Amino acid sequence: MRSFEEEKTDIAEIDRSVYDIKDKVDAGYTVQNGLTREIVEEISRTKNDPEWMREFRLKALEIYNGLDVPTWGPDLSGLNMEDITTYIRPKTDMQMDWDDVPDYIKNTFDRLGIPEAEKSSLAGVGAQYDSEVVYHNVREEVAAQGVVYTDMESALTGEYADMVKEHFMKLLKPGDHKFNALHGAVWSGGSFVYVPPGVHVDIPLQSYFRLNAPGAGQFEHTLIIVDKGAYLHFIEGCSAPKYNVANLHAGCVELYVQEGARLRYSTIENWSKNMYNLNSKRAMVQKDGIMEWVSGSFGSHTSYLYPMSILKGENSRMEFTGITFAGNGQNLDTGAKVVHAAPNTKSHISTKSISRDGGVSTFRSSVSILPQAKGSKTATSCESLMLDSRSRSDTIPVMDIQTDDADVGHEAKIGRISNEAIFYLMSRGLSEEDAKAMIVGGFAEPIAKELPMEYAVEMNNLIHLEMIGSIG
Amino acid sequence: MKSGLLNISDLKVSVEGNNILKGLNLTINKGETHVILGPNGAGKSTLAYSVLGHPDYQVDGGKIVFEGEDITDESTDKRAKKGIFLSFQNPEEINGITMVNFLKTAKKAVSDKPLPVLKFHKEMNQKMDALSINPDYAERYINVGFSGGEKKKAEILQMLMLNPKLAILDETDSGLDVDAVKIVSLGVKEYKNEENALLIITHNARILDELDVDYVHILENGKIVRTAGRELVDFISKNGFTALENQE
Repeated sequence: MRSFEEEKTDIAEIDRSVYDIKDKVDAGYTVQNGLTREIVEEISRTKNDPEWMREFRLKALEIYNGLDVPTWGPDLSGLNMEDITTYIRPKTDMQMDWDDVPDYIKNTFDRLGIPEAEKSSLAGVGAQYDSEVVYHNVREEVAAQGVVYTDMESALTGEYADMVKEHFMKLLKPGDHKFNALHGAVWSGGSFVYVPPGVHVDIPLQSYFRLNAPGAGQFEHTLIIVDKGAYLHFIEGCSAPKYNVANLHAGCVELYVQEGARLRYSTIENWSKNMYNLNSKRAMVQKDGIMEWVSGSFGSHTSYLYPMSILKGENSRMEFTGITFAGNGQNLDTGAKVVHAAPNTKSHISTKSISRDGGVSTFRSSVSILPQAKGSKTATSCESLMLDSRSRSDTIPVMDIQTDDADVGHEAKIGRISNEAIFYLMSRGLSEEDAKAMIVGGFAEPIAKELPMEYAVEMNNLIHLEMIGSIG
Repeated sequence: MKSGLLNISDLKVSVEGNNILKGLNLTINKGETHVILGPNGAGKSTLAYSVLGHPDYQVDGGKIVFEGEDITDESTDKRAKKGIFLSFQNPEEINGITMVNFLKTAKKAVSDKPLPVLKFHKEMNQKMDALSINPDYAERYINVGFSGGEKKKAEILQMLMLNPKLAILDETDSGLDVDAVKIVSLGVKEYKNEENALLIITHNARILDELDVDYVHILENGKIVRTAGRELVDFISKNGFTALENQE
């Protein structure tokens, strides 16, 4: 008897070839593996930290040593900090012209399409290679509006130094969990963005994080402040070539959305499958502010990723749209958190996850509505699609509603790809593989259309979908 | 002498261990319109699914030959490419794929050549208009939120666009109001010519009003028990299957 399972025509594995090209490691400077006070002091010295930052790092290290590795999520026992190099400086200073970036690094970003996208559709670009930002530039007209977009190191000592000090790791604290503490101790690189009141940045800014060295950690810090009534779309991309040793990503993203402001934060994460992606993201949203998250998680060996929004001001809002694609050997634990801390706040979490070929995908959400958040509304919807019987999908929603005056909705669907739908498409001449790809593409479509154009294209390439848009 | 299009001989099919078709024979030639009537559970839809090669329908014996080629073990998409089409009794709803993209993909798949996009759109718009399908439906996801009648019209639209050699209509008229049956029936008439063939599974004579029916088969308990001309449709719609049995 024939069956769909027997014919081996799965959805294609994500085509990673372009991401997997490795550069020969030719670092300008590398610290020893592992984590000691000496290493942290050394990183701080090399980076010319202000004194407060040196103290901050050492305090974070102390906290790190007192905290345990979390055990409530996917297994982290394959991650041994003694084997991780926390700081690798590429052989270049930060440049404002791609021509000044060393060829082998520039070629990497060229292959990823970053300089090209910068010309066509971005207001500014930051590019980090291992531990340091190698390129940062913002269009003149955007800078003329007073928008600041720079690497974190420059921000620490520049015009906005006080603002940085006031906000740095105040939303995400080293004591939150072990990897935030680690981040506090060894962070390097990342971007600082400040959008002045009322300024509407029409086209997005983008930072791209590339980790090239094997056994390395990347700990970039992103701090964005969108002032009153302003608007920004920020895009974050990440990738790395595949190695046989564990790499670690423990970045921090802190977002401040001031009164009446709106921030859209899009991420396409495509780390290689030896990466532990233990990233933390948090936004604080003031009165009438809007926070929009768009998140695509495709890569990494193991992910813990739950961007959090604190709806601090009355009538503030957040929307989270996410997609996770877990393939062979991947355990991706993703979701979102929200705290409603003021009246009439609204949140909407909508996620899709796809697991195939033994991949594990877990959706975790946490929604809290505090007693004072009267008249608030929240809705969560998560849909999972398992492409075969070896793959797993779980949903773990947590709700803590402390007022009766709130509107709470939750919807979860876990399903398999429908044989009847495959048959229907095949009866119109599509091969089984194309039929499956089309169904998976259709499943992901509501998320894909939220992604920035070039990333929607990238996502299609990633999932290798020969589907909508590719025709005609 | 008409050339043979579909030859089914001694076909035995089971679903989940239940024998449904028990030695069915049927020959359809180019240019012909065949009608299959039969009580519920006789195996009518099983016949349709078997001709398309649904993997849950296991062929235990006999063969299906299309244009002289044994397709009994062919995959569903290969059969579609050879020119067999099924208008589903309950078309699937599939999210995230617009009808127009689906139609383009299907058209490319069955014709195996690049699609003349402008011509395609013009043709699609014209056929949608003829079938009284709201133009907005082209941008809607496959059958999602369509009424029963709209789904059936969308099936006929696909048939007209893909222009198969053999179209099997499985209860295409069920659940439709009088006007919708008329529209669908005209669509089917537009499709039909001397080079293709129709196999209509129905229990409603109205869809046949506009069509020249060559053969009417009675399918009962997995076999074709009687074959006659159009007059059999009229007899059964007037008197029912029981009357037919009593007549014998």
